[in-house]
Amino acid sequence: MSPLWTLLLVAALASASFVLARKRALAAAGGRAAALHSLPGYYGWYAALWCGLPGLAVALGWALGASQLLDSLALGALPDAGVVQSEAQRALLLNDIKNAAAGRLAPDAIDAGLAAAAAHYTALRARSLALALGLSGLLSAAGACIALRAVRPRLAARAKVERVLRLGLLLCSTLAVLVTIGIVLSLVFETLRFFQQVSPSDFLFGLHWSPQTALRADQVGSSGSFGAVPIFAGTLLITGIAMLVAVPIGLMSAVYMGFYASRPFRDVAKPMLEILAGVPTVVYGFFAALVVAPFVRDLGVTLGLTVASESALAAGLVMGVMIIPFVSSLSDDAITAVPGSLREGSFGLGATRSETIRLVVLPAALPGIVGGVLLAVSRAIGETMIVVMAAGLAANLTLNPLEAVTTVTVQIVTLLTGDQEFDSAKTLSAFALGLVLFVVTLLLNLVALHVVRRYREKYD
Amino acid sequence: MTDPDSRARWSAPALRARLARRHAAERRFRRLGAAAIVTAMASLALLLASIVWNGHGAFRAAEIRLDIAFPEAAFDAADPRDPVAFETALARADTAALLRDALRALFPEAQSRRDVRALQALVSSGARGALRDALRADPSLLGRSASLWLPADDEVDLFLRGRIARQTPEAERRLSDLQIAWIEQLEAAQRLRRHWNTRFFTSGDSREPELAGVWGAAVGSFLTLLVALGLVFPVGVAAAIYLEEFAPRTRWTDVVEVNINNLAAVPSIVFGLLGLAVFLNTFQLPRSAPLVGGMTLALMTLPTIIITGRAAIQAVPPSIREAARGIGASPVQVVGHHVLPLAMPGILTGTIIGMARALGETAPLLMIGMVAFIVDVPSSFTDAATVLPVQIYLWADSPERAFVEKTSGAVLVLIVFLILMNATAIVLRKRFEGRT
Repeated sequence: MSPLWTLLLVAALASASFVLARKRALAAAGGRAAALHSLPGYYGWYAALWCGLPGLAVALGWALGASQLLDSLALGALPDAGVVQSEAQRALLLNDIKNAAAGRLAPDAIDAGLAAAAAHYTALRARSLALALGLSGLLSAAGACIALRAVRPRLAARAKVERVLRLGLLLCSTLAVLVTIGIVLSLVFETLRFFQQVSPSDFLFGLHWSPQTALRADQVGSSGSFGAVPIFAGTLLITGIAMLVAVPIGLMSAVYMGFYASRPFRDVAKPMLEILAGVPTVVYGFFAALVVAPFVRDLGVTLGLTVASESALAAGLVMGVMIIPFVSSLSDDAITAVPGSLREGSFGLGATRSETIRLVVLPAALPGIVGGVLLAVSRAIGETMIVVMAAGLAANLTLNPLEAVTTVTVQIVTLLTGDQEFDSAKTLSAFALGLVLFVVTLLLNLVALHVVRRYREKYD
Repeated sequence: MTDPDSRARWSAPALRARLARRHAAERRFRRLGAAAIVTAMASLALLLASIVWNGHGAFRAAEIRLDIAFPEAAFDAADPRDPVAFETALARADTAALLRDALRALFPEAQSRRDVRALQALVSSGARGALRDALRADPSLLGRSASLWLPADDEVDLFLRGRIARQTPEAERRLSDLQIAWIEQLEAAQRLRRHWNTRFFTSGDSREPELAGVWGAAVGSFLTLLVALGLVFPVGVAAAIYLEEFAPRTRWTDVVEVNINNLAAVPSIVFGLLGLAVFLNTFQLPRSAPLVGGMTLALMTLPTIIITGRAAIQAVPPSIREAARGIGASPVQVVGHHVLPLAMPGILTGTIIGMARALGETAPLLMIGMVAFIVDVPSSFTDAATVLPVQIYLWADSPERAFVEKTSGAVLVLIVFLILMNATAIVLRKRFEGRT
């Protein structure tokens, strides 16, 4: 028996009550729909909601709460439940029981105790499912009865149904806020746990980052090295290189498209830029690792320079290319928002096109462009795949673009993929880095939006 | 211009020089702009060209034709009409020995253990499975011998395409001189060919490049997107409707609005951290599952869907709402009967574009463990699975050279899916523009 049955049962009951309520409403009005307060269908929906919502609530509650309850019951029933066990041991035992119950273990790997526990678990699970099924069926039926008794021609079914509908819409719109709260809470919570082990000032201002050795260092009683400054510096270095590529090229592309390009050229170039924006970042990362990084290294070798094979330059260049369409479209917005009268006034004074652009249009569009660049910076800081695939892992504190540096996102990915235990400072530090990332990008966005909005008001 | 000097002044050398300078500056500026756009387009061209150049080889694979004998004794003389016994016999049979015999029959000179091993290395380890498949498809092969095309090792494939240069010293390539000699003999005997690589499109991941395919990842992507779409579409559209049509202008609505705009700019990896902390650690949902991946991507695309949905609803002319209200429709009916159907093409366009972005997204899925090495094609929402971009990431990390082209091939597959989705969106948008 699967939990799906509960949903099916509720759905069946709700449809039945829809049909019944509709019929009942029509019958009560003597078959004339015009005598009803609302359209007959609304009486059906009224009953279906009364029937379906309680049943769904039970099913949802079971899905959220039952597995934890089952786990603790299954463990509590074990003969050696009184023996103090570590969290990990309990989890392991529980896993064994579940696997045995699902028949995923070889028969010879199951001893008598485990078999009994598995049987107990299976029985518990079946009982809880039956309980959920019975309870949701009962509540649904009760809801349907209440609704059916209430169906009268004077009942304002439409108003009631629409009120529920609007409440549902409201709930959906609050979900976005809940997501933000969820992000903030989960990041802050894990970060606080991290700061119990490593002091915030060490994290924010320390110059040495080596989370891998920290585990071993912990064992001999010394504090781990979680100084994130090299990571921040690496992120800024790669972001800086990306901006050096993206801002001039993106801005000049937007200017050329807006002032010089012929229509056919624009019809080709614009979709090209859109394609550039639509390429998945993992493809950029692959391109960086496959083509750009070896090219940069070979170029460095021919010039007699030593270049790391995962140089910041390669990752930054490719990230810059990725950001070009972003900068270009935001600058385009800012440039087209400059009133034509400014432009025409400048032309009327005899300025050439480039003089108009440089001396009139760009200064007027500057706040918008700055806002766009800030958004692009925030995008570059949060970009993950390119740097994961093309930048290094070692946290070097350097400004040399030919050396390998690491970034916040790279560290988050390397710390959290693979085996993890959620008590170690190593894993928790990823959440602290995530919080820094979230706060910085959020601030950048707020500032950018503020700049753009203030500028817009000026010319409206 | 009665001043007799005026003409002279317009052609004064100082002025002409200044004008020439200004025009030169104009030309320089213009060329700068053209250079910028050409650079951007060249980067795109280089990106696509390098992917196609590396990836087209992935769609063909080398095959070796071997004359395999299927002696009944090797299969416990099992009766094909008894499926259970036949399967066990197939599973137990030493198919590697059959392959070895066929190879030694071709090259009797390979006698030493080392030579035989080198000979066997020409054939992919997947050939044994291919033998079983051949028997399953045609049980009458039992007791006879047949000439079969079997998958060759990835190094053979690379050699056939000239990616392994003969000039490189023997120690630096993975094929020995002896093996190359054999390959050439096989080629001369027309026992080697490069054939359409069906396996690439029908199988899951593998440690062997010649056996690895994108089907498992494609199914994983499909399941993940299905979950994401099923969650984000109703919720996103409902939120857009509420904010556009019903929300009173209050402080709370402003908060929601600012919040949605900011959420759209949060780095995707942060959503991965959220998924890890909430779905995996708090709710104990299974790791690596399309269910969790879809939920995480749904949260990530939610702001995009709401924003495009609102734009589409805003584009419906107010006159339609007023007319419907005028003949007695309730606000909900106005939305349900008129606004939503008219806004639907725009909403769908936005949804498809959001889903295309989710299809290319990698970072949040790394956080919730969809990076595991998974051979089996997932069959449910809670199976361990991976998705196309993560598969690309995994293959890009593999040391074997043949995986470079598998990776590029997978990129091409991903890009084809993205083009299909975006083309659908464009067609929808065109239709939409034609109507209102």
